[in-house]
Amino acid sequence: MTEVDPTVDAPATRPRMSGIGRVLVAVYAVLALAATGRSFVQIATKFDEAPLAYLLSALAAVVYVLATVALIARGRTWYVVAWATIVFEFTGVLVVGTLSLVDPALFPHDTVWSAFGRGYLFIPLVLPLLGMWWLARHPVRRGEATA
Amino acid sequence: MIDWFAYVQVGVATVAGLLCVVLGLVGRRPSDLTMGALALVEVLLVAQVVVAIAAPAFGNTPTGDPLEFWTYLVSAVLLPVGAGFWALLERSRWSTVVLGVAALAVAVMVYRMLQIWTVQQA
Repeated sequence: MTEVDPTVDAPATRPRMSGIGRVLVAVYAVLALAATGRSFVQIATKFDEAPLAYLLSALAAVVYVLATVALIARGRTWYVVAWATIVFEFTGVLVVGTLSLVDPALFPHDTVWSAFGRGYLFIPLVLPLLGMWWLARHPVRRGEATA
Repeated sequence: MIDWFAYVQVGVATVAGLLCVVLGLVGRRPSDLTMGALALVEVLLVAQVVVAIAAPAFGNTPTGDPLEFWTYLVSAVLLPVGAGFWALLERSRWSTVVLGVAALAVAVMVYRMLQIWTVQQA
């Protein structure tokens, strides 16, 4: 991570996501794509079967997209948005994951978060932790532009 | 969807993915080798699009939801392109890892596509 990006001259103007953070963004982008695709199919073909579960899927998808954008964008506002969306995701995967195991009848249709994201290699469970770790390690500096 | 062709795609994408992740982690920037591996994955995906369009005309129809299948396929086709542009814009070791992540995601998605095409209940 010692490489110098020639397009930025000072650390203060660096985008928050550089180095290994890029990989984090990439995984978030893939998950956002997966969640969006799935909820698109669910809502387009069988919305009537379980409106609540599918709306939850759509909400999760929107939050993943928002988190991806917030991780890339600069400024204090986006930093707060990144925290909010990632904490929301982590809460979601814990609550829905637990409920889907304790009382499967509540979530008869799979969501991204069912069984702690088992259908997605548990990435939805692990990713928010990595995201929070990253955000904690890379706080917005004082005086940095508020985008 | 042609079974053996799908398995070839899963195999190629997995090998390409692991190669890129390993090379990226040891500090290699995107190279002809890693970009080429992703290009191969992409070419196979484009061939898969042709196969998926043509197959029903030969009596090889999906048993699952065509919309779900195509959502996966279109998303998969976009992934190597996105990761490739990223690698061209930012030539760092982590872009090589991103190439690998994209290829591995394609492998999972092609496998899922095969499931949708071949084994569906009702």
